[in-house]
Amino acid sequence: MENKLPAVEISLNECKGCALCIESCPQTVLSLSAPFNKLGYQYAIYAGSGCTGCDACYYACPEPGAITIIKQKKVKM
Amino acid sequence: MKKELIKGNEAVIKGAILSGCTHFFGYPITPASEIAQAAAHYLPLTGRTFIQAESEIAAINMVYGAASAGVRTMTASSGPGLSLKQEGISYLAGAELPAVIVDVMRAGPGLGNIFPEQSDYNQMVKGGGHGDYKNVVLAPNCAQEMCDMTMQAFELADQYRVTVVVLTDGNIGQTMEPVEFPEEVKKAPFKEWSVQGDAKTRKNLITSIYMSTDALSKLNIRLQKKYAEIEAKEQMWEDFLIDGAEMVVVAYGIMSRISQNAIEELRAKGLKVGMMRPKTLFPFPKKRLQELAKTAKTFFVTEMCAGQMIDDVKLAIEHRRPVEFYGCYGGRTPAVEELKEAIELAYKKMVR
Amino acid sequence: MEKMETVVKGKPEALCATFDRKEGSDKQTTHYCPGCGHGRVHKLIAEALSDMGLGDKTVFISPVGCSVFAYYYMNTGNVQAPHGRAPAVATGVSRANPNSIVISYQGDGDLAAIGTAEILHAANRGEHLSVFFINNAIYGMTGGQMAPTTLLGQKTQTTPRGRSAMNEGHPIRMAEIIATLEAPIYVERTSCTDTKGIMKTRKAIRKAIKLQSEKKGFTFVEILTACPTGWKKTPSDSIKWIQNELEPYFKPGVYKDVSDKAEPLHRPEMIMDSEEIFKSLGLKKGKTPSSSAAAVEEKRIKIAGFGGQGALTAGVMMATAGMNEGLNVSWIPSYGPEMRGGTANCSVIVSSKRIGNPLVRNPNILIAMNGPSLDAFENDVVQGGTIVVNSSLIERKLSRSDVKAVYVPLTDIAAKVGLKAAANSVALGVFLGLENIFSREGIYEVLKTSLKKKDALEINIKAVNAGFEFAKTL
Repeated sequence: MENKLPAVEISLNECKGCALCIESCPQTVLSLSAPFNKLGYQYAIYAGSGCTGCDACYYACPEPGAITIIKQKKVKM
Repeated sequence: MKKELIKGNEAVIKGAILSGCTHFFGYPITPASEIAQAAAHYLPLTGRTFIQAESEIAAINMVYGAASAGVRTMTASSGPGLSLKQEGISYLAGAELPAVIVDVMRAGPGLGNIFPEQSDYNQMVKGGGHGDYKNVVLAPNCAQEMCDMTMQAFELADQYRVTVVVLTDGNIGQTMEPVEFPEEVKKAPFKEWSVQGDAKTRKNLITSIYMSTDALSKLNIRLQKKYAEIEAKEQMWEDFLIDGAEMVVVAYGIMSRISQNAIEELRAKGLKVGMMRPKTLFPFPKKRLQELAKTAKTFFVTEMCAGQMIDDVKLAIEHRRPVEFYGCYGGRTPAVEELKEAIELAYKKMVR
Repeated sequence: MEKMETVVKGKPEALCATFDRKEGSDKQTTHYCPGCGHGRVHKLIAEALSDMGLGDKTVFISPVGCSVFAYYYMNTGNVQAPHGRAPAVATGVSRANPNSIVISYQGDGDLAAIGTAEILHAANRGEHLSVFFINNAIYGMTGGQMAPTTLLGQKTQTTPRGRSAMNEGHPIRMAEIIATLEAPIYVERTSCTDTKGIMKTRKAIRKAIKLQSEKKGFTFVEILTACPTGWKKTPSDSIKWIQNELEPYFKPGVYKDVSDKAEPLHRPEMIMDSEEIFKSLGLKKGKTPSSSAAAVEEKRIKIAGFGGQGALTAGVMMATAGMNEGLNVSWIPSYGPEMRGGTANCSVIVSSKRIGNPLVRNPNILIAMNGPSLDAFENDVVQGGTIVVNSSLIERKLSRSDVKAVYVPLTDIAAKVGLKAAANSVALGVFLGLENIFSREGIYEVLKTSLKKKDALEINIKAVNAGFEFAKTL
């Protein structure tokens, strides 16, 4: 798990397929699915690696709950 | 308190402050301006809020906001201003917000003139804005009642979560009379539905939009139930020389004062005339009128307009008795003599 | 020492975990179309509120437009406002609870068309609000009609051939207008497009909210956002259209920022102590007698003169003295434009009985302080009534003989005691001398409470006495 971070999680049934996250991603690790979700949209999917945790897709996404970024952060003890 | 000689319009504000009203939002208009002026003078003295809004529309929406936040709040105006406020009043009703509005009626339609009339009856008593709603409407006829009914308005507004209108006219607003103010300051009760910018009320929502027909039906059923309860419990009136009256004059506000003189003089001449003065216009004192219809032969309605309350009188007595009318409009207040003649003429018709 | 911690950046706390208020079965997604700008801005606002710990304190005002249902999403106190009125509603909320964080969230139709008065004046008063103005140059909710910010040539449902300056006027630049006002402390326009634009928007939103939390005043952030459905464009093309078409007309940038100089402004504390409130209202404890010693037959009095003669004041004093002695009294002025012109008159009634009509049409007593007043009201006086004529200014005699005529040089007597303007006090004295309904001491008391200057009081007492003595010689 540790070594896969940072990562982007896309809530499949909250995505409306606008693709703005895909355009925003500097690493081009997001793409649109072939199948449709429950809402009837093709949804964004993460390639599984390559995310740098830059948050660009998080802010580009108009659907407030659709994208979650998980990353590691240095904290002072 | 010692009595104070004070204009009805100013008595409104002193009464309001004693009722716990902390926020007044107004806009100048003759003959209601003294209310805003008194609010501008008195409220800030104790850290309360007066804002002269940019329009009547803004003023009523500030009331909407302050009422949402749970304080006791009010505005005041006259006919043209009330026309502008109707949008906000409908929203207040839809969101079930308690608010107090004073309407010091002047002559219309349009800009009309600044002299007294009673032609806002329909727009205040029947609703006035869009949708099925009612305001509770109180009708003071002297400066003391301008104070007392404003105070009562705040209680009723909070009790039922409705807009309460104090409906009066230029004459009553402008007249100075002795007023005895109460020796008590009330506080707004805590309203658990309000939005106060704290953890306790964070979950709350003030709205009048209900997208599903079911939800909106529910709201409307609740409103109608509330109005029915108000009708059952809150009818107020005053009888004047009513014993043995064969003709019952129905008049409110300034017209009840003029009728009082006319009736005294007609009684002295032996005419069996009395008066029932509605103190609440919604709820209309139907019960009392129905009782009176059992013994009275004729009703006589007089208003400073072409006849608006008369419809409510006819409905209340279900057309079982003739209802005569004397109206006076254009801003002209009828003389006692003039009204006396009109009543006498109708009386002769009745006994003929 | 440092260590690595896993951070999950998901839905901010100030957004509802599930949208339970939303109609229908889907409580997870918004009602907004794919690519709509509202969701982004909701998230940015919620993130700022969450990061600053302001969720509890916030009241979010939803407008009318697509964001009418913002209360489905915002996990804050929520008030839904009538179309265009959000800044007025927000004013009420903010003034009622000055410690709350109040957000007025409005679209272009709401803010720049139907609500122009409300936004300008809330801004001009410097209300403690953060206004987020969502400009997408179209009416989304009602199905794509022209907005006040629709560009020239832009086709909408109500500009099917494109907006024309001749028919619809030019698009309105609100940030620029708001920035001309004195009170706002921070006005910026951002473009919620690519990452750079979004991050600028994020910064502006955070700044506006932070300034409000510091009670520093009115802030306004205009945000250019996409309406792919209304524009009939893909989300991606919509972003490009903002950049290529909207931005050149609605230039992003800071239009006003005096926030570094703004001092926190605290609204006054409310005084709740009853005694202080009574004092502020001028209320006096005690009891006024509710009936008089002697029965007084109703006196209907009209006092008239030119503006400045004190006819109205004399009436108030008369009524006050009557009230203090337990009588029923009323006073009403003629009101309206004439009070700024020539003559002024008032009706006074003093009676042991309950008073009916306060308007005196046919007085028992007329005090005519100048010629036009006598001309106007002489014929209204009842038979057997009294007319006091100010013979200093009125040369003619009465034209009727069925009333009692009392000629008194009110102005000359007043001048003799030292103040011409005290003619009204002389008239009061004459009235007392003629009608023995209340005491001179009562009038002195009234004068004492209304006249603060000692010499003015003395002269007016003298004037009352002089009038009284004059009446006794008649």
